[in-house]
Amino acid sequence: MNSSFLLSTTTFIYALATIFYVGSFAFKKQILAKAGFVVLVIGFLDNSAGIILRWIESYQLGYGHAPFSNMYESLVFFSWTVAVLYIFVELKYKESIIGVFASPLIFLAIAYASFDPSISNKISPLIPALKSNWLIAHVITCFLGYAGFAVAFGFSIMYFVKPRNPEAESIFAKLPSWELIDELTYQMVVFGFLFLTIGIITGAVWANSAWGTYWSWDPKETWSLITWFVYAIFMHLRMMKGWSGKNLAWISIIGFIAVLFTYFGVNYLLSGLHSYA
Amino acid sequence: MKTNKTIPEHIWQFFCSARLAVYTLVLLALTSIIGTVVLQNGSEDDYIKFYGHGWANLIKTFNFDDMYHSWWFLGLIVILCINIVVCSIERLSTTWKIIFPKKITFNTDRFRRLKNLETFTLNKSLSELTLESETLLSKSVGPVIKEETEAGIVLYAEKGRWTRLGVYVVHTSLLLLFLGALIGSIFGFKANLNLDEGQTSDTASLLTTRNPVQLDFSIRCNEFEVRFYDTGAPEEFRSNLTLVQDGKDILTTDIRVNQPLRYKGINIFQSSYGSAPPDQVTLEIIAGQDNATMVRTIKIGEEIQLSDEKTQFKLEGFLPHFDFSGHDLGPTFIGRIFEADGKSFQIGLPLKFPTFDKMRKGHYAFVIKAAEQKHYTGLHITKDPGIWYVYAGFMLMIIGCWITFFMAHESYFIEIQTSGEKTSNLSISGTSNRNSQGLRLKIRKLCHTLKG
Ligand code: HEM
Repeated sequence: MNSSFLLSTTTFIYALATIFYVGSFAFKKQILAKAGFVVLVIGFLDNSAGIILRWIESYQLGYGHAPFSNMYESLVFFSWTVAVLYIFVELKYKESIIGVFASPLIFLAIAYASFDPSISNKISPLIPALKSNWLIAHVITCFLGYAGFAVAFGFSIMYFVKPRNPEAESIFAKLPSWELIDELTYQMVVFGFLFLTIGIITGAVWANSAWGTYWSWDPKETWSLITWFVYAIFMHLRMMKGWSGKNLAWISIIGFIAVLFTYFGVNYLLSGLHSYA
Repeated sequence: MKTNKTIPEHIWQFFCSARLAVYTLVLLALTSIIGTVVLQNGSEDDYIKFYGHGWANLIKTFNFDDMYHSWWFLGLIVILCINIVVCSIERLSTTWKIIFPKKITFNTDRFRRLKNLETFTLNKSLSELTLESETLLSKSVGPVIKEETEAGIVLYAEKGRWTRLGVYVVHTSLLLLFLGALIGSIFGFKANLNLDEGQTSDTASLLTTRNPVQLDFSIRCNEFEVRFYDTGAPEEFRSNLTLVQDGKDILTTDIRVNQPLRYKGINIFQSSYGSAPPDQVTLEIIAGQDNATMVRTIKIGEEIQLSDEKTQFKLEGFLPHFDFSGHDLGPTFIGRIFEADGKSFQIGLPLKFPTFDKMRKGHYAFVIKAAEQKHYTGLHITKDPGIWYVYAGFMLMIIGCWITFFMAHESYFIEIQTSGEKTSNLSISGTSNRNSQGLRLKIRKLCHTLKG
């Protein structure tokens, strides 16, 4: 048994969890959502084991680094963080129906890592600049931030599908109250913002210890700052009159597009220091 | 009411609106994109080549080629700062009164009308329940204020009044960050210094202008080493450096990528490396007639007498690339042979092909036996007296966000009234400036405890 095996089974388990959640939603069967949650937790344990095993394997190969160093590893970790966050939210708010809006993200990230042929899952050595504990802190916190924004994005979708009319017969009528959707979205944005802030800061500290410049306006840095601005805008608008619900949900969606661009777009379309991951 | 505002009042009004903050942030976010798409700090020719004359002019006019340092981008940041300062001053006077009131008071009617009010009846006397509730509130919230009303007793407790300062901490941290960056750009520098192994220097060259900067001490590179993984990727660069002041060695240490040397406010980073030209070579010299050989180590610039006592050989120099009939033979020593008749000609001795010179079939053939390939280390040298402001800003930003997001000013209210012989009615409610979800849970927990 090796980490690749564990992580590919994780992909299928997450797929199953997604199917359960979507099924529970479509057929209005609470029991399916319960099953979805159990499957999700199993997938999450598998995912964790895969990451830990990969870490150990990297030491056995003599490279000895934390498994957060390339596109494959970061996507696997992204799935893991979204899963953690979602499991926490479901336990805290006891609303299982919202799993429909989070589980597909968990599945898609790891599926993309496993099936895109341009993403290699080989464990490779680190170049000297990347050998730093700050880097580990940087990657973990950035991804917790991205996970928060991803879940916020999922929840924002609810603003567009939940019918205004409370008596509507649509399957979407079962979604949580407007108040709760609002609260959930905001909490996720706040969580994401705090961790993106820490992520940008640990990145700056790392850059300063590796090459003496805490900020160099390279495209990845700049895009993470743009993302940060968008969510700062989100929080300020929320406090101003006339901004709530759908309008605000749009900002959260724009923010998540900025996250995706920071994460993928910069690697594929622009060049810079961070092109390794 | 109609008022005639003076111009300074208008300006103040303009900067104290939170709407301006949103506009500025939107502009910062949008314009920041430009610098990630348009080439930064390229040469004039690059812009003309990539974008054509028209666009290149536009880019120059608006400083899009170095936009994060352009007057208009810095202007946006200045507006943001003034906005923060003005807005904070304007609001702090109100917030301050809320945070540090002369006397904490509460409005009973308001709490009675709250949506989260819970009411239930317990089989306990008024005094018994009051004591219980008071202990509970003071233990789980804070100091309790007790007041008697027409029909019973009200209790009030609160915590986290000070957390209302959290947003001010966040905004102040931004000012600190900008201040630190400003100090760094005025009083600091960033420079590069390449040192061959064995070389000593105290003058680096600025990254931006290439002007020299003089350090208070000299740096000597004793040794440079690079290690590779099996895959060929570099694993580690290491330089062994000695700092020299007034002719005395004061400190010798290794630096690596991610492990810089910091000395008296100067930071020395390992940033790159390369091969330095060798300054001497060991040659085997084979005489054509009798195959007699001799081995000599010759420095660049040195001239030697060959075995026939008439011919001389001079090692003229070293080229990183040597062109031979259109082929690049790589790093090569250049020598010159002076013959007895006064004629002289040049020969090339490529490192990669040590016996190359035999093909010339001259009176003498020069074969390279050994050439010490030296490295130079590329150091990045910086001074940034603003860094501590920036780091303080980082800390405050995280602390401020934590306070703002996860802590709240919460007030709890309990009212107890006698309802029968040995029964009392208890009502409980609370408010919070944020985190209403957490407050609801807490009220439920308090109810649970009181019901026993
Ligand atoms: C990058 C810049 C900025 C960041 C990261 C930032 C961050 C924040 C955060 C995290 C909050 C709390 C939001 C919440 O409670 O949900 C906040 C609130 C606020 N910000 Fe900013 N801010 C920035 C710029 C500004 C500027 C330039 C102003 C200028 C007026 C401003 C004015 C305010 C006000 C008035 C509040 C509300 C405070 C309250 O709740 O009483 N912010 N800001």
